[in-house]
Amino acid sequence: MNGPHDLGGQMGFGPVAPERDEPVFHAEWEKRALGVTLCSGALGAWSIDESRHMRESLHPADYYASSYYQIWIKALERLLVRHGFVDEAELRAGEAMSPGAVPKRVLRAADVAAVLARGGPCNRPVEALPRFAPGDRVRTRNFHPTGHTRLPRYARGKTGRVEAVREGFVLPDTNAHGHGEQPEHVYTVVFDAGEIWGEGADPSLTISIDAWERYLEPA
Amino acid sequence: MSADHHHDNELDPFAARVRALETILTRKGLIDPAAIDAIVETYETKVGPRNGAQVVAKAWTDAAFADWLKRDATAAIASLGYTGRQGEHMQAVFNTPDTHNLVVCTLCSCYPWSVLGLPPVWYKAPPYRARAVIDPRGVLAEFGLELPARQGIRVWDSTAELRYLVVPLRPEGTEGLDEAGLAALVTRDSMIGTGLPRLPA
Repeated sequence: MNGPHDLGGQMGFGPVAPERDEPVFHAEWEKRALGVTLCSGALGAWSIDESRHMRESLHPADYYASSYYQIWIKALERLLVRHGFVDEAELRAGEAMSPGAVPKRVLRAADVAAVLARGGPCNRPVEALPRFAPGDRVRTRNFHPTGHTRLPRYARGKTGRVEAVREGFVLPDTNAHGHGEQPEHVYTVVFDAGEIWGEGADPSLTISIDAWERYLEPA
Repeated sequence: MSADHHHDNELDPFAARVRALETILTRKGLIDPAAIDAIVETYETKVGPRNGAQVVAKAWTDAAFADWLKRDATAAIASLGYTGRQGEHMQAVFNTPDTHNLVVCTLCSCYPWSVLGLPPVWYKAPPYRARAVIDPRGVLAEFGLELPARQGIRVWDSTAELRYLVVPLRPEGTEGLDEAGLAALVTRDSMIGTGLPRLPA
């Protein structure tokens, strides 16, 4: 979707303002927000793609007014409601009132180290041979799906060069919506800045994206 | 706020919202608060940019490891014990005199947790995500970094599940340093591309 999250090349947000000696967390609630988000993900009810899509589906004004942990929590509340673990009345009241959905699993403290060390690999076997090879010139599709995609707007309809052919990976465009993992090869595609930004582009700049096969056409 | 307020009353509205959510989920048996403590402790004390600095220092001192890191970063990094969440599929990108690498996630906050820990606030915020791809030299200037004009910039937008670790150039004058001494020079920002390693004292 052409949502508020798709920020590449947008203007008006001001300077980056890096923080010297930045702490890992800026408030106690951020620690709990991280943990609640990860523990809820570990319930096994939704994929990382569905959670990303929920975050980018926040109203743009809300998205831009929120810190990243706030974005996480706002999206998490919606995911928990969607999957029946909590309801709106409980969120309003701030207390549990009904049992709700039964999770596949619950993350226990004793298992945290192993679960974090294992992670959640998204590579999958793909039987089809890669359609493109390193060095191929490709054009990204110009599409504007209303659902989830990982092809940023600034890189749509642009011609670049395949630099690397990656493994097969779960396709976010379908997986975010419960339409299956449908793994495809991923390609690192590099563009000259002039192709992306046109007039006045930095001639010493190249930009790459990692693109699923269906994002690309031969050029 | 006076000292005799109940603790809850001192929470800002968002902190209260997070606490309420944790309480609901705990009562329903969906989360274990001790698991949250363990997660927080992991990223406060175990998983952070010191991991990545070890990877870089080893690459600087061990050509065979550097070659492995180029070919199969996930395995090479795992050999040092750094694996897992948001580091499942790693790619190391090596700076050269001709090319400086810079990593961003324009679409969300993808970041190589297993080697750098949790991302800094600026990495997740709109200014960096918006400008890194269109005006990287301007962004680097805000970090106090001015690259030679003849050094090109390659920006890696982490749009899929690959996570990128920048291997900066080893600073001059570090011939006498061992791996630990070198690792101490490797900053988090130098592994994102928004900085360079410290110079030896």
